[in-house]
Amino acid sequence: MTDLTQLGVKDIRDGVRAGDFTAREVAESFNAAVAAAASLNAFIVTTPDHALAAADKVDAARAAGGQLGAMAGVPIGMKDLFATNGVQTTAASHILEGFTPRYESTVSQKLWDAGAGMLGKLNLDQFAMGSSNETSYFGNVSSPWRKSGSNQPMSPGGSSGGSSSAVAARIAPAATGTDTGGSIRQPAAFTGICGIKPTYGRCSRWGIVAFASSLDQAGPMARSVEDCAIMLGAMAGFDPKDSTSLQMDVPDWEAALNADLRGKKVGIPREYRMEGTDQAILDSWEQGKAWLKDAGAEIVDVSLPHTKYALPAYYIVAPAEASSNLARYDGVRYGLRDLPDGSGLQDMYAATRAAGFGDEVKRRILIGTYVLSAGFYDAYYTQAQKVRALVARDFERAFQECDVIFAPTTPTASFPLGSMNEDPLTMYLNDVFAVPASLAGLPAMSVPATINADGLPLGLQLIGRPFDEQGVLNAGLAIQQRAGFTAKPEKWW
Amino acid sequence: MSNYRIQGATGEWEVVIGLEVHAQVTSQSKLFSGSATAFGAEPNSQVSLVDAAMPGMLPVPNAECIRQAVRTGMAIDAQINAWSRFDRKNYFYADLPQGYQISQLYHPIVGEGSLLIEADEKAGIPEDKVIGIERIHVEQDAGKLMHDQHPTMSYVDLNRSGVALMEIVSRPDMASPAEAGAYLRKLRAILRYVGSCDGNMEEGSMRADVNVSVRKVGDELGTRTETKNVNSVRFVMQAIEHEAMRQVDVLESGGKIVQETRLFDPGTGTTRTMRSKEDAHDYRYFPDPDLLPLVLAEDFLAECRASLPELPDAKRKRYVEVLGLTPYNARELTAEVETFARFETLLAETAKVTAKDEAKVATQVANWSLSVAPGVIKALGDDADLANATAAAQASILAMADKGEISGGQAKEIFEIVLKTGRDPAEIAEAEGLKQVSDSGAIEAAVDAIIAANADKVEQYRGGKVALFGFFVGQTMKAMQGKANPGVVNQLLKDKLG
Repeated sequence: MTDLTQLGVKDIRDGVRAGDFTAREVAESFNAAVAAAASLNAFIVTTPDHALAAADKVDAARAAGGQLGAMAGVPIGMKDLFATNGVQTTAASHILEGFTPRYESTVSQKLWDAGAGMLGKLNLDQFAMGSSNETSYFGNVSSPWRKSGSNQPMSPGGSSGGSSSAVAARIAPAATGTDTGGSIRQPAAFTGICGIKPTYGRCSRWGIVAFASSLDQAGPMARSVEDCAIMLGAMAGFDPKDSTSLQMDVPDWEAALNADLRGKKVGIPREYRMEGTDQAILDSWEQGKAWLKDAGAEIVDVSLPHTKYALPAYYIVAPAEASSNLARYDGVRYGLRDLPDGSGLQDMYAATRAAGFGDEVKRRILIGTYVLSAGFYDAYYTQAQKVRALVARDFERAFQECDVIFAPTTPTASFPLGSMNEDPLTMYLNDVFAVPASLAGLPAMSVPATINADGLPLGLQLIGRPFDEQGVLNAGLAIQQRAGFTAKPEKWW
Repeated sequence: MSNYRIQGATGEWEVVIGLEVHAQVTSQSKLFSGSATAFGAEPNSQVSLVDAAMPGMLPVPNAECIRQAVRTGMAIDAQINAWSRFDRKNYFYADLPQGYQISQLYHPIVGEGSLLIEADEKAGIPEDKVIGIERIHVEQDAGKLMHDQHPTMSYVDLNRSGVALMEIVSRPDMASPAEAGAYLRKLRAILRYVGSCDGNMEEGSMRADVNVSVRKVGDELGTRTETKNVNSVRFVMQAIEHEAMRQVDVLESGGKIVQETRLFDPGTGTTRTMRSKEDAHDYRYFPDPDLLPLVLAEDFLAECRASLPELPDAKRKRYVEVLGLTPYNARELTAEVETFARFETLLAETAKVTAKDEAKVATQVANWSLSVAPGVIKALGDDADLANATAAAQASILAMADKGEISGGQAKEIFEIVLKTGRDPAEIAEAEGLKQVSDSGAIEAAVDAIIAANADKVEQYRGGKVALFGFFVGQTMKAMQGKANPGVVNQLLKDKLG
């Protein structure tokens, strides 16, 4: 019998539909794989019963001849930023440790409605703040990948590091991620999987613990472009409970997948050729251009002149919003409360938040509070918003000359856990190629391209016009077909 | 110009007043959630996940709250901003679950408008005055702390958390406590006419932050203080009076006014320091990224405008110009929604029963509504059952009076019986003999008898002592036991006395 854990979303869905295996068999296989992979620390809690119950429902529906949903029989990992009814939701923080919502996020509910089940809640950087999955209160997540001949634990990227690790290790066929400034794409690139951040507003933010509201977007992480298309279709859609949700129909992305790029122009942004980018990544970018050309696309040079200001602007806007979004974790109504003897309200706030938030979260709250302060607001926040508008305009202009933009996802491959802790700025730089599309709210995807000399995966990024997830997926598919990326991490866990 | 002055040791001071009124929007649900807004519910029984700021919850604007703010803006002739935006005002407090209040600092929904306060000599407002209104914005209310539930802890009630408020900010255009009082009363009337706020200050539906400064007549503006959350018209006037005096005392004894926030103590009628500018919060306002800018469509604005009722100033003008009421009566009748509503119902009913134009009976109905009926009701006290004071019953009384069937005194007597018993006015008039005689035959006989019995006085009257006319009227009425129609009596006497 085939090892069901080697299958992705599409194969599981089709196999369950065809009766090749039952959803329960799939869920059991993945539950076992999850249980055996504790050393990755990808999950904060596991929910095997949830996966089994969803599977049984699908099997029963199939037996009764009922309609099966787009994700029927697919057990997935849920980033622990999504509120899940009756299941602890922590954002990988101490302040929300033990917090069990009595509500279900819109995106997770849509996935359950489509027939998916939950293997567990995936670890992440605390409150989605981080690019290495080293800021979680529940410990670092290890990438399943290691440098050839080394036992050094490697970063799975962040913030969706539990998601990337689990999908790459084949302990989940797919997982949800969220992307604020690269948190889907960078971990996908680090672990040799696909991940797409859709246009801002495609997926409802209702029930997702907020980091930076104007940037946060949910998206799927899976091992193929097709799987991402299927899962994104199940996640997206207008939600009246989110005022920033797009009131647009969700296209059938899977049905319209087409790797024939004839007549399409692919833009190469010259500003993305940055110092500090690994040669192997520049090489894979070159290789990628050739693949896209081979798929029929015309390669054109484009300019995104404000690219270098994007990262600094992001590190003003995102912390500013975060400093306000995280004010609700105050020990008053839920979550951690630290009330020293004889203390008053202010002391309770201080003690609770000092104990409940990790260093990186505190750092960003401080930065955010500072840039919004009287006297600094215009110099920082207002200025950053102007830059953000200019970055968006850059893309608008570039998209007059091309249909999709092609660039590396990250300037480097994955790095060893613990190697970047000294200097947060170096860490922030890892998102330099990811952040501009976030600021502009554009759909963007990372697709695995190749393996570098250390045996670590590298990803390539496609950025599309607003609402043109299809264009992104199609170009991604063209690369996927030509890259023939089949490398797998060697099982050590 | 207000003539309100404070006589200090060093001369005369004038007062400059601006008011920020927080008015709770009348709406079934909160500004950004579906929770109910009823007053007096069990603590924490009207709280949604959004109101409690649970992780991942998002605000969604309630169109009805927006509509009410827009209608209010239109009612004060203000600029309506078709594009506005919500900002977050960040601060920590236990009654503020989000850790920020969603408000509108940079782009309020309503811009510049104004409101007219009318001359009221007795109250110290010598002439009509226009008070500028700088803006109206909408924002969330906070919850409430309860300090009396536990010896060492405070409890939080989030029922009010997220309820929609309009903050209505005046220009510093008021110069006396009386003007501030008149402004508040007028604003309250407009809100109640429009139906955007119930104006109930006791329940906290309306409260004012009072900005006061003083200056020597003609000088530059002085430093102001802000007295927070004053919750009645009388208290606002007291707070201004006290605060202005205090500032004059400070300045005259060589001190300086500190820009600060103060609290009003209703028990003593005084204000005291709450926090100075140095301790002021840095609210770190920024646009709320959970909400898109609010863009108002043309048809939405058109509906808001079309749904506005006749407003106090227009109504008052119509009462004078079309109904022919005195300016005083017009002002009294239009001051409160309930008053004009009762008046207009009775007016319509009376016009119907008498088959006359409203303008023909309006003065009679106004006098009845403002003085006759309240007088009877007051005199009866607890014996009056107000449920009996229906428009139909009162119109019936007014119609009998209009036709001359009953006198003014009889009208009151009939109304008294109506209030006590609910009996039909026409039946009362008949059964209780409360009708005046208009039959000229009976009156003529009485007149003839009186002329015959008072030949000397007739002689004097005809000789030019016209003041005696009253004597003849009195005698005739006496002979008729007061039930003769005075008009008929007058006419007959004039005819016969020559």
